[in-house]
Amino acid sequence: MNAEPLTASGGAAAYAERMKRIMDAVELRQPDRVPVAFFNLFWLARYGGISYREAMHSYDRLAEIAQRAFLELQPDMYAHPHLLTAVGPVMEKMGYKQLQWPGHGTADNVSYQYIDREYMKAEEYDDYLLDPTGYYLRTYLPRIGEAYQGIEGLPMFPGLYYLRLVVASRQFAGPGVQRALAALKETGDEAMRLFDRANRFEADMTELGFPLSNGATAPAPFDFFADYLRGSRGIMLDMYRCKDKLLAAIERAAVFITRQTIATCKASTSRIVFIPLHWAFDGFMSLAQFKLFFWPSLRKLMFDLIDAGLIPMPLWEGDCTSRLETIADIPRGQAIYWIERADLVRAKEVLGDVVCLRGNVPASMLTTGTPDEVDAFCRRLIEKVGKGGGLILDCGIGIPDESKPENVRAMFAAARKYNP
Amino acid sequence: MIENEKQLVEAISEMREEEAFALAKAMLDRGDDPIRVLELCREAMDIVGKRFERQEYFLPELVLAGEMLENIGAIAKPLIQEKSGGKAKKLGRVLIGTVHGDLHDIGKNIVTFMLDINGFEVKDIGIDVPVATFVEEIREFKPSVVGLSGFLTLAFDSMKETVQAIEAAGLRNQMKIMIGGGQVDEAVRTYTGADAYGSNAVSAVTLCRQWMPG
Repeated sequence: MNAEPLTASGGAAAYAERMKRIMDAVELRQPDRVPVAFFNLFWLARYGGISYREAMHSYDRLAEIAQRAFLELQPDMYAHPHLLTAVGPVMEKMGYKQLQWPGHGTADNVSYQYIDREYMKAEEYDDYLLDPTGYYLRTYLPRIGEAYQGIEGLPMFPGLYYLRLVVASRQFAGPGVQRALAALKETGDEAMRLFDRANRFEADMTELGFPLSNGATAPAPFDFFADYLRGSRGIMLDMYRCKDKLLAAIERAAVFITRQTIATCKASTSRIVFIPLHWAFDGFMSLAQFKLFFWPSLRKLMFDLIDAGLIPMPLWEGDCTSRLETIADIPRGQAIYWIERADLVRAKEVLGDVVCLRGNVPASMLTTGTPDEVDAFCRRLIEKVGKGGGLILDCGIGIPDESKPENVRAMFAAARKYNP
Repeated sequence: MIENEKQLVEAISEMREEEAFALAKAMLDRGDDPIRVLELCREAMDIVGKRFERQEYFLPELVLAGEMLENIGAIAKPLIQEKSGGKAKKLGRVLIGTVHGDLHDIGKNIVTFMLDINGFEVKDIGIDVPVATFVEEIREFKPSVVGLSGFLTLAFDSMKETVQAIEAAGLRNQMKIMIGGGQVDEAVRTYTGADAYGSNAVSAVTLCRQWMPG
């Protein structure tokens, strides 16, 4: 039993202690105890007794509730509640079309949900491959955000030169472009307010001794096309109808994803890059397809992040048991594999010498189970998977919105109660 | 089966989309019976379904096969004369929908498709389906199996409410209820009061086969 008091211990010492605990786990050394992480979308709204809609819109209320929860639960690291949840005002200014959220398609206490559509047409791969930025400005952005509508009137910059470049500036005076720039200024101002509030929250948490977990978020390059451009039906057909273009586009996008992610993460206080994986699971594609379409670009992204001094943390959503042997091929002790569904005891057998595992109390247990069940589940993980380091305790994909508070408390308590 | 018929079945089941369409079109152009062409498509789909069950094929193959079937169907069906249009006998009725609050449909669509190609009469009532709509649709369609789909954890409660409403309407003993999607597991099945859960489209087919009377 660990006698760590559940109070606001605070300060630099607690921060350093937690960071050491996490890094011991990541680098596969035995920490003083198994670290436990906090990640949520709307559970804090329930915990604090506000609507999901308010959680998405009130930066200050969310900060206040998150701080209260952290002081109670004492997580060893946390994902930014503001940047994951309080995105309502910015999306409203942008007129964002890829999500529905409370007041914009869902009820006040229903979480935001992604709308799976074909945002990029199959015949547009060539445009993307020729000039990804131009494709975004002229085609993609006006489709996914109202504020961007009109931006397609900007000059086609590559190829402009000398006095042609000078005179082409007139396109900035076009009514569509002017409208878009005005709407985007408003969007930008709101995004800056959100970001400033998030930074203030982060500084407060640092002072209380809680480290931030996600310094940046990145998609797997395959998911980037499957989720945000082609949609699920489109991507599955592309795997047969235009395989080579898909692979070329993945390679091209990966360069942008990597550079942007490194820049964002380097500007943050955390070295961990969160990479939620949506289409890697066993039931979606065969292992051969995974090795062709999914794994090489993800592996390269992870290697590039590691080379830049960062810690990639893919979240393997769904059951990825059949991928375990394949994904073992990364440098030792430099990443975190957050695994939703596979049995972590089995995952530890395959990956234990390579990578720290995170997870994985099932969502069903947190929402419908009892504290005793959560306690027993966590105990098994801590005693079997935590041995020798390499475990960060958490739920399968963070704390489900509907989790019973007593079950969440049981998970955080278990980290202090049991030793590997 | 004659040579070009074999070729058509093979082209579909081996995911050679362009070849499959060209073969079907050539057969129809020279006056082959469109019903025969559709039968061959169904044979090919049987092969695809079996490979899916054996985990040799996955979702991309199901979706592409569905596209091939739709495209060939679009040129074959207008050629079928009304008199020959006797409906094939279906195995039984399944009503399926995504429970209220949840807008996800990918999993539900795949299950619907798999049940359909396996000979069930499936009625898909969409996403974010209110409890009352489920009850009304059940009264009207009289399914032997009801499938409740949901990707988000909020669906656990919506599923439970839907099952309870079916019970309150006095309809529960006329059907089996299966749930699936996202993070659904045995604990969720117990919580919701459903008869079974499935983790993929094959288990949905297996459950329906077990449950169908006769």
